[in-house]
Amino acid sequence: MKKLCSIVLALSLSLALLAGCGTGSTGSTDTGEGSENGTAAAVDVSKIKVGAIYIGDENEGYTAAHMQGIKAMQKALGLSDSQIIEKKNIKEDQTCYDAAVDLADQGCNIIFGNSFGYEDYMLQAAKEFPKVQFCHATGYKAASSGLSNFHNYFTSIYEARYLAGVVAGLKLTQLITDGSITADQAKIGYVGAYPYAEVISGYTSFFLGAKSVCPSVTMEVRYTNSWGSIDLEKECAGALIADGCKLISQHADTTGAAVACQSAKIPVVGYNISMISAAPTEALTSAVNHWEPYYSYAVKSILDGTTIKTDWCEGFSDGSVDITELNDAVVAPGTAEKVDEVKVALTAGTLHVFDTATFTVEGKSPESFTDAAGNELIFDGYFHESEFSSAPSFNLLIDGIQTVQ
Amino acid sequence: MKKPPIHIVKREDIGIGKALLVRLLAILLGLIVCALLIFALTGLNPIGVYASLISGAVGTMRRTWMTIRDALILLLIAVGLTPAFRMRFWNIGAEGQVLTGAVAAAAIMIYFNQLPPPVLLPLMLLASLIAGMAWGLIPALCKVQFGTNETLLTLMLNYIAMQIVNVCIVFWENPKGSNTVGIINSDTKAGWLPPLFGLNYGWNVVIALLITAGMYFYLKYTKQGYEIAVVGESENTARYAGISVKRVVLRTMAVSGAICGIAGFLIVSGASQTISVSTGGGRGFTAIIVSFLAQFNAFAMIPVSVFLVFMQKGAIQIASQFSLNDSISDVITGILLFFLIGCEFFIRYKISFAGKSAKQS
Repeated sequence: MKKLCSIVLALSLSLALLAGCGTGSTGSTDTGEGSENGTAAAVDVSKIKVGAIYIGDENEGYTAAHMQGIKAMQKALGLSDSQIIEKKNIKEDQTCYDAAVDLADQGCNIIFGNSFGYEDYMLQAAKEFPKVQFCHATGYKAASSGLSNFHNYFTSIYEARYLAGVVAGLKLTQLITDGSITADQAKIGYVGAYPYAEVISGYTSFFLGAKSVCPSVTMEVRYTNSWGSIDLEKECAGALIADGCKLISQHADTTGAAVACQSAKIPVVGYNISMISAAPTEALTSAVNHWEPYYSYAVKSILDGTTIKTDWCEGFSDGSVDITELNDAVVAPGTAEKVDEVKVALTAGTLHVFDTATFTVEGKSPESFTDAAGNELIFDGYFHESEFSSAPSFNLLIDGIQTVQ
Repeated sequence: MKKPPIHIVKREDIGIGKALLVRLLAILLGLIVCALLIFALTGLNPIGVYASLISGAVGTMRRTWMTIRDALILLLIAVGLTPAFRMRFWNIGAEGQVLTGAVAAAAIMIYFNQLPPPVLLPLMLLASLIAGMAWGLIPALCKVQFGTNETLLTLMLNYIAMQIVNVCIVFWENPKGSNTVGIINSDTKAGWLPPLFGLNYGWNVVIALLITAGMYFYLKYTKQGYEIAVVGESENTARYAGISVKRVVLRTMAVSGAICGIAGFLIVSGASQTISVSTGGGRGFTAIIVSFLAQFNAFAMIPVSVFLVFMQKGAIQIASQFSLNDSISDVITGILLFFLIGCEFFIRYKISFAGKSAKQS
């Protein structure tokens, strides 16, 4: 034991010695030689290379939507297959940094990353390759990073969730009218991934959509603490159903909830992909992202030599979000008409999802909310979600929603 | 008595050269089988797939370094497991020992980020070492005191370590609720291993190789190494020879856990600069294969861990270059491992056919 101690001591001492030298004498080995083209100069279509880093692959709904977006962009701008390099199943650790710098090494002008946990690693790569554009979905650090080649993007998925909530609310109203449940029993169960703004904003908008057509609705939220785990989501949906929820929705990436709902005969609203194949007699619709508008916009910016927005967020107005086809066998009569009406209002900007007249926090209508950057988000009678930053900011727990940790 | 048509005989020592030849042949055969399989399943040119695999692992300077960096960590964990295995103490808790080491390093990195690097880094190393050692000592103590099964205990401790990491993430996550810690000290780089000799992963190389070499000599040439071997062969013999089995078990698991803890330090400080439940990344289990394949020879673990990481890194490239899932590389790795492990049989035994006279050994 004594010997061991002395070895340890010797080792740490030598480490200390050399660490001291290291910081003094050696600098960074990478000087940031990226591609030759900066943002200012336009790039020829045949010269551009696009890189993408995905948390999953085509078998996982969220990533599949991104891959479709990239493909549609490729078609729209006329890029060849060899100009697109996609890296799949990349973890949220240094593997992401490895992937990002490797894509830059391969000559990519622009690199997309689709998972929240990639942000720091992409930032690190962006510092090293100042001439390559890095675009990170769902992140929030672009504005504060001070880097001109790092951008955040997201869709206003809350708009689509609101609309999906309307579909759900109409279904609950139908159940109340035909006597299957009482008005007090109209409780929605929500399978959430993690308890932070992106998810909170999502379930609140869904709830407000449902509430707009079914005033007595309440909601219970449970978390899986995972983005994609079919077992956990199934289990979580089952627990919500056992707790008296009459309709389930989700902010997690698999079909777990739909499977649980199909066997329990409970209507379900999905995310990312249509759940009709997983729950043919229960799935109503799903809120989905369409990433093509952003990918085309960003890549086109490189081609034109224009700058990419630091924070990009669009919704119905340019087709970045939508809900999937309504399952006519399950939705309440008149749903399609109502959906069209709400969609028009959302697109036109006459309907605001987070209208402060429609919800309360601890019994009071909220009057002020400042985001991390110090912007006041509540004015003109509504919460300005995703207008100052692409990532969602709404993280208030509103009355009528109960969360189970 | 009639002679059976096939006779399996234990070989005399086959000699290093010939043994190496058998293994190379096995790899070649494995590659051919994989090539056939790739072609049959996907219709792709297997040579193209192999080329992409190689390019993914060592195609650029940076990729080569990534392969080296990850291979070193796998190597270090395997080296850490080895003394326990030599003692026939089945430590399958490396994942947990790595995680506790990593979490200790991360904690120091977060809470003492004001300290100057010459103090901070050794402190992190020491914390990892102690944490890993403690995590290794728990099952050893239970074994010598209560006769518990070390396989079960080390395995279960992995899950406890993961939960400890989960609890810590609650305090360290940014933003709250997102379950991601992100890069620790990304501005100040406090607690990051600095480049050595101009190499970003220079320290990883030095630490991993020093410990590997140290382990080789420790097991082969020291009294303690010999004690480990004796306890592994037979506890009764050890007792008869006056070796305190208890002490050897405790000491060996302390060393084993400590090295795994240092691997956790290298991951956090020298590679990922973050902490999550997947920080171990299953390497604690892969390292078991490395240690066994290398037959507990610390130096032989170098090519084995390089091979496994090579395949892993190549996989990412295969998946991005062809419209293949990265699982194809798992298939290739599996087949190659099958051939490699299978060929050990032919190294140890000789098959002689009836008619020829088999030499008895």
